[in-house]
Amino acid sequence: MSPTVQPPSSVMTLARRAKPWVFVACLLPLVLLMWDGFGGALSANPIEDITHRTGDWALRLLLLALAVTPLRRLTGVAALGSFRRMLGLFAFFYTLLHFSTYLVLDFFFAFDLIWDDIVERRYVTAGVAGFLMLVPLALTSTTKMIRRLGGARWRRLHRLAYVAAIAAVVHYLWLVKIDIGPPLLYAGCLAVLLGFRLWYRLVPQGLPRTVTSENTGPST
Amino acid sequence: MLIKRAQEIRSSEITDEQQYHNRRQFIQQTSGGALGLVAGATMLSNSAAQLQAQEPIPNLQPSPFSTDEDLNSFEDITTYNNFYEFGLQKEDPSRYAHEMTIDPWSVRVEGEMNKPAADVPLEDILRPHTLEERIYRLRCVEAWSMVVPWVGFPLGDLIRRFEPTSNAKFVRFETLHRPEEMRGQRGRSLEWPYVEGLRMDEAMHPLAILAVGVYGKTLLNQQGAPLRLVVPWKYGFKSIKSIVKIQFVREQPLNSWNVAIPNEYGFYSNVNPEVDHPRWSQASERRIGSFFRIRTAMFNGYAEQVASLYEGMDLRRNY
Repeated sequence: MSPTVQPPSSVMTLARRAKPWVFVACLLPLVLLMWDGFGGALSANPIEDITHRTGDWALRLLLLALAVTPLRRLTGVAALGSFRRMLGLFAFFYTLLHFSTYLVLDFFFAFDLIWDDIVERRYVTAGVAGFLMLVPLALTSTTKMIRRLGGARWRRLHRLAYVAAIAAVVHYLWLVKIDIGPPLLYAGCLAVLLGFRLWYRLVPQGLPRTVTSENTGPST
Repeated sequence: MLIKRAQEIRSSEITDEQQYHNRRQFIQQTSGGALGLVAGATMLSNSAAQLQAQEPIPNLQPSPFSTDEDLNSFEDITTYNNFYEFGLQKEDPSRYAHEMTIDPWSVRVEGEMNKPAADVPLEDILRPHTLEERIYRLRCVEAWSMVVPWVGFPLGDLIRRFEPTSNAKFVRFETLHRPEEMRGQRGRSLEWPYVEGLRMDEAMHPLAILAVGVYGKTLLNQQGAPLRLVVPWKYGFKSIKSIVKIQFVREQPLNSWNVAIPNEYGFYSNVNPEVDHPRWSQASERRIGSFFRIRTAMFNGYAEQVASLYEGMDLRRNY
């Protein structure tokens, strides 16, 4: 496959223009959830709905963030890389909403029950572990932090995103009663995304290199 | 008594969406006080009759077994259902259960009994029994709960009519298996038909009932119409819906969830805050419609009545 390479400047402009729209698109699930919530369109168990929908979007956005680098390498469009941070931060944002729903709406800070839940329920353990792994990644997502850590260390730290994504998929897989279809679909997507990275590492020369690495931040 | 059912839903009975949403609005406005709840229930039943034919049941007897806790709304108990025969999502049964034909309906009664095995029409099943209102807590294994005003009669009264022999140690129940009308049965989420069972002394316990109605009217299909089991001290999945077969058997029958995931669902499935489901805590529950979690009570609060059934049994092993 030979990627069509646009002049970097125009692609970059396009990416800059698209960014606010992507931002708005990432907020849409939350807006729709609030719309349904205040409009009375949630089920008889609205807390469960909120938990499921924030969790779904956290996982979807995490997978989207992890799809950026493979897409960038496959297409050679470096400008794609500029969406990675936003997607990653939105993934964290929805994870935070998901976790807060659990902590506040579901258990209302009943820490004795929560502690039992985290320790004894393996799907909760996996979920909380995934959430905790995303915290340092969100905290070190600023350009300033990237510079302070240095590219190599930052990259190494941010490989935690792979582990967090695995934890998220396992969390989903372990919590369903019998309908393992959806979590398996996510597991398949994650396997492709991680498999690509492995393949890219093993046979790097077989692929078109990134056109320009300007403004894309360290690559993972 | 005879509970008649419209053969099909006439187009005049189908609620248009506008009206449906008005109904929801009405619930929100009226769910305030107890007065509102009662008024709401009356109004709701009327509107629901337009969705599926629902007949009022006259001369209901109150029961000393009823709880005086706040009832869940008709809306809650008819739209938030686990009935995998119609899909895996909570809203699937209310969407698709109307596709099931429940008239005519008969129940096959057979097994270790003195009376001959027979296909008993629903009318004959119900005829000798006095229907009572039983307001019970319903605790799902998924850690949510509701309070439901069932209409039914003691299962034990029915069992006595068929004179089970001393060989009859357990009662086995089957749900209707009709994939062309029950879309969830076209997939293999569970093995069909759905099967449940009770030990004979559990089945004879006065708290165990066969329900035919809710809120003073006949059941909607998503609730397991026209005849379902309600065993309030056990997790909800034991209370099998849309029953077509009752068998008296010697051996402990397999039950569907136990077959599907044996290490998570046992035969007894008594509500027990001490024994966790492997994947979620059973210590607390969310009462649908209220914000704070409440602590789950042993045997779902019916310990006084049923604990003696399990004396000397290791409930951790017999989960």
